[in-house]
Amino acid sequence: MLTLDSKIPQGPIEEGWTNHKNNLRLVGPKNRPNYKVLVVGSGLAGASAAASMGAMGYHVECFCFQDSPRRAHSIAAQGGINAAKNYRNDGDSTWRLFADTQKGGDYRAREQNVYRLAELSAAIIDQAVAQGVPFAREYGGKLANRSFGGVLVERTFYCRGETGQQLLLGAFSALQEQLAAKNVTMHTRTELMDIVLVDGQAKGIICRNLETGDITSHAADAVVLATGGYGNVYYLSTNAKGCNVTAAYRAYKRGAGFANPSFVQIHPTSIPASGDYQSKLTLMSESLRNDGRIWVPRNPDETRKPNEIPEEDRYYYLEERYPRFGNLVPRDVAARNAKDVCDKGLGVGSTGYGVYLDFGRAIEKLGENVVVGRYANLFEMYERITDEDPRKVPMRIYPAVHYTMGGLWVDYNLMTNIPGLYAIGEANFADHGANRLGASSLMQCLADGYFIIPVTIGDYLSRNPYGQVTTDHPAFKDAENAVRQQQEQLLSINGSRSVQSFHRELGKLMWEHCGISRNVAGLKKGLKLIPELREEFWQDVKILGSGRQLNQALENAGRLADFLEFGELMCRDALLRDESCGCHFREDHQTEENEALRNDEDFAHVAVFEYKGNDQTPELTKEPIEFEALPLASRNYKT
Amino acid sequence: MRIRLQIWRQASRDDSGHMDTYNLDGVNPDMSFLEMMDHLNEDLTKKGHDPVAFDHDCREGVCGMCSMVINGQAHGPKQGTTTCQLYMRHFNDGDEIFVEPWRSQAFPVVKDLVVDRSAFDRVIQAGGFISNHSGPKPEPNSILIEPEVAEQALDAATCIGCGACVAACPNGSAMLFTAAKVSHLGLLPQGETERYPRARNMVKQMDKEGFGSCRNYAECEAQCPKEISIAFISRLNTDYLKASLVEPKDRRGKMKSQ
Repeated sequence: MLTLDSKIPQGPIEEGWTNHKNNLRLVGPKNRPNYKVLVVGSGLAGASAAASMGAMGYHVECFCFQDSPRRAHSIAAQGGINAAKNYRNDGDSTWRLFADTQKGGDYRAREQNVYRLAELSAAIIDQAVAQGVPFAREYGGKLANRSFGGVLVERTFYCRGETGQQLLLGAFSALQEQLAAKNVTMHTRTELMDIVLVDGQAKGIICRNLETGDITSHAADAVVLATGGYGNVYYLSTNAKGCNVTAAYRAYKRGAGFANPSFVQIHPTSIPASGDYQSKLTLMSESLRNDGRIWVPRNPDETRKPNEIPEEDRYYYLEERYPRFGNLVPRDVAARNAKDVCDKGLGVGSTGYGVYLDFGRAIEKLGENVVVGRYANLFEMYERITDEDPRKVPMRIYPAVHYTMGGLWVDYNLMTNIPGLYAIGEANFADHGANRLGASSLMQCLADGYFIIPVTIGDYLSRNPYGQVTTDHPAFKDAENAVRQQQEQLLSINGSRSVQSFHRELGKLMWEHCGISRNVAGLKKGLKLIPELREEFWQDVKILGSGRQLNQALENAGRLADFLEFGELMCRDALLRDESCGCHFREDHQTEENEALRNDEDFAHVAVFEYKGNDQTPELTKEPIEFEALPLASRNYKT
Repeated sequence: MRIRLQIWRQASRDDSGHMDTYNLDGVNPDMSFLEMMDHLNEDLTKKGHDPVAFDHDCREGVCGMCSMVINGQAHGPKQGTTTCQLYMRHFNDGDEIFVEPWRSQAFPVVKDLVVDRSAFDRVIQAGGFISNHSGPKPEPNSILIEPEVAEQALDAATCIGCGACVAACPNGSAMLFTAAKVSHLGLLPQGETERYPRARNMVKQMDKEGFGSCRNYAECEAQCPKEISIAFISRLNTDYLKASLVEPKDRRGKMKSQ
């Protein structure tokens, strides 16, 4: 049984973070260079944390598997970043951003965490602007805003469709400044392989240099994981190809609790896979649903081209099923319905897994120029990928795995239950409950990295003398040997199937049994099939070359080996959470209108799993969620 | 589709490298170029040959990791497109396609099509930032920025740091990359304070890394997947010229005296 002390501040929610900060222990400026902190990952959370702590004077080392920290997948975020600035005078406030986020997450997040996120949001914009992030401006020279899903105010700041890129480049340049000042050392093309614990405290990591294959030890006083989400367990997702669960999963195997692993956000509008060779999915902004109408042919044997199908033979299923909201139903409802019509054989495109998003009516009504003006970038991106002009032929879209709300369990200081091991950004579970609102991921990563971890880490460090452990400690040698052994084992199998073919199969399994909608029989089947596939992987995978060189198949195999275990944990959590909430939709728990039906009596908790050994069932510990500031209400976007 | 590939193979930094020929069947026109490479690697693995190493990550044209010279052009024949966003339908059945890594002294080949672009990061470290600590900052609307200026800055800031400009330039110059960063920060009032030392230091580092000089070939702009304008290079030249008129003084030591 895990002991989970969330360290949530007591008292009024508005004063929680201030009071908490005032009571934290600090490390003095002269002492900070003595403390070494390892930051794993260089996306928005990792780069901002490493830069902030470096600037404070801590001795920071930062690690990323790409060739430069600027490549991390935060760069691909499109739409924007939320902040409760209330520039539009439309009634926004810290409280409203807090309430929107909590409601959007279907009341499965800690109130104090969410409130702090909302409280810090405005300072993130100030910080980013000071770094030179060129946010969109109005003609008077002031910052512009746009609106986003799930809220009634305009609070999203943006740089065209590349907000993530600009924010990451801001954090990246801050990191480069600290590299130049020699406060931070960067290790690129370096992948975390294990976390080293000494007397129960995180004291370092084991890495593999991806170019040379060298296995190296790094000792430190604290370790911060900023290693992102695990959407690639589905093989096809909107994540970058390199995104993986390895760091978080290795932490879990070392005793860190893994919270809500089954909470996965599936985005309704991505470009569908065109064949078995598909390697990733590309998101199309959901703003397209403002003017596009979604339909499939009524006849499963339809052979006509979409433009030749008359109105009466088109099934506008969202408009028919949800007459009040039509094409603008929430993300999860849109995604589930698309899967439903395709499962019934009505899907379009070469694979049968796609639905039309049609701008014909909008163009007729508003004129081509207006519609194209609104969505120029998206139309161009779509045409580039599919070679079809959405002005003439309806777009084809399908849901895709996008973001993972689950992650390592952390307390209010963002520390896991392993002392000295922190998790920030998408790698932790803390702020989005069972569903994340649009434009909130960038906000969370930067709140964690710029403002929270630089303060909270001092509280832990100040209680521990620095430099207690060096890499000479036997724990490092043992961990290094285990990593080498696993590498050798993978290389020695010399079976018949490529790593990619196994990953594709796992992805299909997860999508089928632990995807958009879940049921008991499917999850149980997943729990049976995943271990079988894992077994086959360890007997039949084929990896050429050696471990002493750049070997991309070997890298992927190591990541897949962890996904093959982790997928099972996701299915287990999805099975045990016998309710629907947010993105976790259990077919046996829905309202008459196909909405998620929560069970607050039994499931208003964070499900935290503890690793108990290979082939042992992980143990579940529940952290109850209290609702003091904002009473529970059902998630209703209809009235 | 069936294609014939001529691919640069190089086992390691020290290896001399050579072109190898591969015939590949079953290429679908809807495959992206990288999916075609995946398909090739699957095929090579099956036959027991070492797969081709290449850099890639986001596969949506923004991370800047993919880097192939295809038929002599950085990121291939389609304008304003990264390799990952290039599709096989732009080639014909039976085509012979040449695939090489970025060629530049400053970007040594690591393996096959993978190069070391850390020189770019060192150019940024020389001044590609606005000095900052994390913490309370001025209210952003207290500094008004004309939308035209913000948009111009964004036009420059949109650089993905892929290195195509260097690969495209007959001189292997990194001027477009450096100019994009100098312009992005120098256009904004927040970046004004460090504008001239930034231009001077980044250019100095650029030279030190072994990038060639700019001769206005404009191939960088033509092959840049983000279509960044060479007008930024003239801006850099102006800033650099101004910067070189004043002898740099580093007063930081004295400033800290007590």
